Amino acid sequence: MNAQLFFPELVLCAGCLAAFVLTLTGPSARVPRLCALVVAALFAAACFWSLPLEGSLFAGAYRVDLFSQMVKCAMASGFVLILLFGADLKGVPGEVRPEYYLFLLTSLLGLTLLVSSVELLTLFIALELSSYSLYLLVPLRRGEGLRAQMEASVKYILFGVAASGIMLFGMSYVFGLTGTTYLDQAVPAMRALAGTPIGAAALLALLAGLLFKLAVFPFHFWAPDVYQGASNDTAAFVASLPKVAAVAVLLRLAAMAAPPEGLAAGHVQAALTGLSVASMFYGNLTALAQKDVKRMLGFSGIAHAGYLLLGVVALDAWGFASALYYATAYVFMMLAAFLGLCAVSPDGGNLTVDDLSGLHKRSPILAFVLAASMFALAGIPPFAGFMGKFMLLATAYKAGHGVLVAMAAVNTALAIWYYLQVVRRIYTVAPAEGAGPIAVDSGTRLAGICLVVLMIALGLAPETLVRLAASAVRMAM
Amino acid sequence: MDFLSMNAQGFPLLSILVFLPLAGALVTPLLPGDNLARWWALFVTLAVAALSLPLFSGFDATSALYQFGEHRPWIESFNIHYTLGVDGISLLLVMMTTLIMPLCVLGSWRYIEKRVPEFMICLLVMETSMLGVFLALDLVLFYVFWEAMLIPMYLLIAVWGGPRKTYASMKFFLYTLAGSVLLLVAIVALYVSQGTFSIPALMGQQYSLGFQVMVFLAFFLAFAIKVPMFPFHTWLPAAHVEAPTAGSVILASVLLKMGTYGFVRFCLPITPDAVVELLPYLQWLSVAGILYGGFTALAQQDMKKLIAYSSVGHMGFVTLGIFALNERGLEGAMLQMINHGVTTGALFLCVGMLYERTHTRDLNASAGLGRFMPIYVTYLAFFSLSSLAFPGTNSFVGEFLILAGAFFNNAWAAVAAVPGAILAAAYMLRLLQRVIWGGTDNPDQSKLSDLGWRETLTLAPLLAFVFWIGLAPEPFLRVMRPSIGHLLAQTGYQAPNALALADLFTR
Repeated sequence: MNAQLFFPELVLCAGCLAAFVLTLTGPSARVPRLCALVVAALFAAACFWSLPLEGSLFAGAYRVDLFSQMVKCAMASGFVLILLFGADLKGVPGEVRPEYYLFLLTSLLGLTLLVSSVELLTLFIALELSSYSLYLLVPLRRGEGLRAQMEASVKYILFGVAASGIMLFGMSYVFGLTGTTYLDQAVPAMRALAGTPIGAAALLALLAGLLFKLAVFPFHFWAPDVYQGASNDTAAFVASLPKVAAVAVLLRLAAMAAPPEGLAAGHVQAALTGLSVASMFYGNLTALAQKDVKRMLGFSGIAHAGYLLLGVVALDAWGFASALYYATAYVFMMLAAFLGLCAVSPDGGNLTVDDLSGLHKRSPILAFVLAASMFALAGIPPFAGFMGKFMLLATAYKAGHGVLVAMAAVNTALAIWYYLQVVRRIYTVAPAEGAGPIAVDSGTRLAGICLVVLMIALGLAPETLVRLAASAVRMAM
Repeated sequence: MDFLSMNAQGFPLLSILVFLPLAGALVTPLLPGDNLARWWALFVTLAVAALSLPLFSGFDATSALYQFGEHRPWIESFNIHYTLGVDGISLLLVMMTTLIMPLCVLGSWRYIEKRVPEFMICLLVMETSMLGVFLALDLVLFYVFWEAMLIPMYLLIAVWGGPRKTYASMKFFLYTLAGSVLLLVAIVALYVSQGTFSIPALMGQQYSLGFQVMVFLAFFLAFAIKVPMFPFHTWLPAAHVEAPTAGSVILASVLLKMGTYGFVRFCLPITPDAVVELLPYLQWLSVAGILYGGFTALAQQDMKKLIAYSSVGHMGFVTLGIFALNERGLEGAMLQMINHGVTTGALFLCVGMLYERTHTRDLNASAGLGRFMPIYVTYLAFFSLSSLAFPGTNSFVGEFLILAGAFFNNAWAAVAAVPGAILAAAYMLRLLQRVIWGGTDNPDQSKLSDLGWRETLTLAPLLAFVFWIGLAPEPFLRVMRPSIGHLLAQTGYQAPNALALADLFTR
């Protein structure tokens, strides 16, 4: 076994162990955070260092290639930024902070393992590792009223377990049909079968687990409640990193639905198209009515999952590359939005849209980062959200989904309304009485600047990332 | 790249023009003090204006090529390039933009008192995106500039606007964005059909009529909202009235032109058959805009609203000229775009200057200024005469050419548009009469100071252009003629020859 290939994961494992030891030594807030920051920085360094590496581990169940490493790099960068701006963890009770960092790290470990898994059971275990950690993270919240976070975590667990069950069911079908759990053998075998009813059923069941992670309609029920019920810092994590990991695995699995040359696309594609449209409309229309910002972002996340599926239904390398690009950009857009929420909220509580009134007077930098994230999520140039949406539209149109593209365009216009409401409050409404200036620590400031630069840089110079994504995706298909 | 004449010395003049304001905007937050921000913005916009002069002097007016070209790969995976170039159609619009921007800074010198650096940043970012729109020769690049303009303009209205700024800015943003998402779909459709985003490469290709109509309608919605053509104009009066002076000037002078520029640059050469198919509708919509704008302007008490509605009418003339689809009409339309920019921009500046003094834009409350503000009313008189197309002023030449062109394509539409000119005379003279000689029951007016040197200097260049274009339009028409000829050849539409009389006038 080539240990180099597993280096980023080893760093994380060591980090998890260290965090575990810290949970035994007592509740100090600073040390676990410092430990997590060091681990995150080392993990990021290891990911970028291992970007060009390639190879298989664990009897071929685990593959390290450009595809997996690229996603890991995106997740690692996102994780560093989360830790940077989440210094004071206002929403998490002091006594559980060591545990908080421990579960954050184990969840990240699960996600990291997930993107490299090319064997169905390994994939399942990795997915569950990340999910169970998140189930534990969601209720770790300073209790203003226990109901919301309890409801969130119960919903999350119940729906998560149901989705996992359906996914296992799909896996058993795939195994039954192909006789293997290894993706490199299962994918070509399933591609020939994807047109058959049993093949389609197997694939759809298999994809359900990931669609749950992505909060695609109708697997979305958990998302708004979890966003609302979890602390701001946890929600920042839940809303960003698992999404990109789920997209990565979704792309690996969706390759099964690509019909061989000369065959018509099957039911899976039609189903994904339907889910995409339903997600976009449901997400955007419901987001319009939300007052709680995190809940609004939860519903908008459902709509974004719909956009992402535009790239998946194309079922070709460019479509997948666009989806991967968009997912990467989405991580940073979401983090920028949550950075603002975490920093603005005085005690880690939830913010309504009205709470953001006059933010530009209270903290120009937070106002700028939040407004930039809203414009980016709305898909307005020069931010990355535009370029991502544009590529998704282009590839979907090229694949002959003209109507779907028109629907997505309509949805883009719909979404502007609620994103703009946030910007409007920030810049044009006077702050509430007694709302003084907000002190922004240097970590948040640095993370905010990094995120805005990243969003603009990814939007204006997407070439490197798109090429990387395209060659990575070819490797995965 | 046979359509692009590359920049000879390898000096990226166009890129510098486009990105210099942005660079200036990035420096602005570092400057201490509001006054420094004002002077810095003035310096940057003047530098851009100065840099645009070699563009005019170095432009080869005998060629229909895109000149000063720059071509670099941008997103190669999608065959997207960073291509800039200027031809006879975009040259004057670029020049006008660079001319207007320093005046906008000057016009906001005292008008804007809160958050000055941010205001100047918005102006500078606007300039980058507007110049980018006129110079981009790649559809994606064009779209990026086109949409990026929304953010600073939204903020200009929403932060520094009047009492109903929130409503106006949301309406502006949503209307224009709703139009342009379909534009994006059309861009994607063109890319899928030809495999390129290069604007010149997409022109003059063979597309089926059905495809052309679909693409045209998507283009049309985006551009018609921007122009704005009747009945897509409802965002305009609100935006104009609530925007600060500089915002109104930019809206009137440049942003509206982006719509008509889109018609000329994209619709005519890329979807000519669809244009010809829908020509009568387009012409009559233009006429409806002219008459509607005229009548509504006549009924306004608010000076800004009056000028805003007059814009709807004037832009109706521009679209009528474009859809005359002949040389005269297009020359007139292109010239009228510049004229409207100069004249209406100046009128908005005038209203802004008065508002700084009286804090009202009501016609009756501003009546009878002639005795107390002689310089001001002189300017106002000339710009009003220009707006109503008085012979000897710029708009006369433009409207004359447009009507001459329209007569030879759709004489009925041209005849129906003529009352628009009369209406313009009615509402502008009403404005003039009130402001200069109207009853002075407002005792405060004797205390009003006349224009200072800064304000006089702001309006002077615009007045110079009013007469320059009005008396000697040939240098302006000369640069656009080859490009217009080339454009008409690309549409393949055999338009009737224009009036001999018009030839007499322009030679």
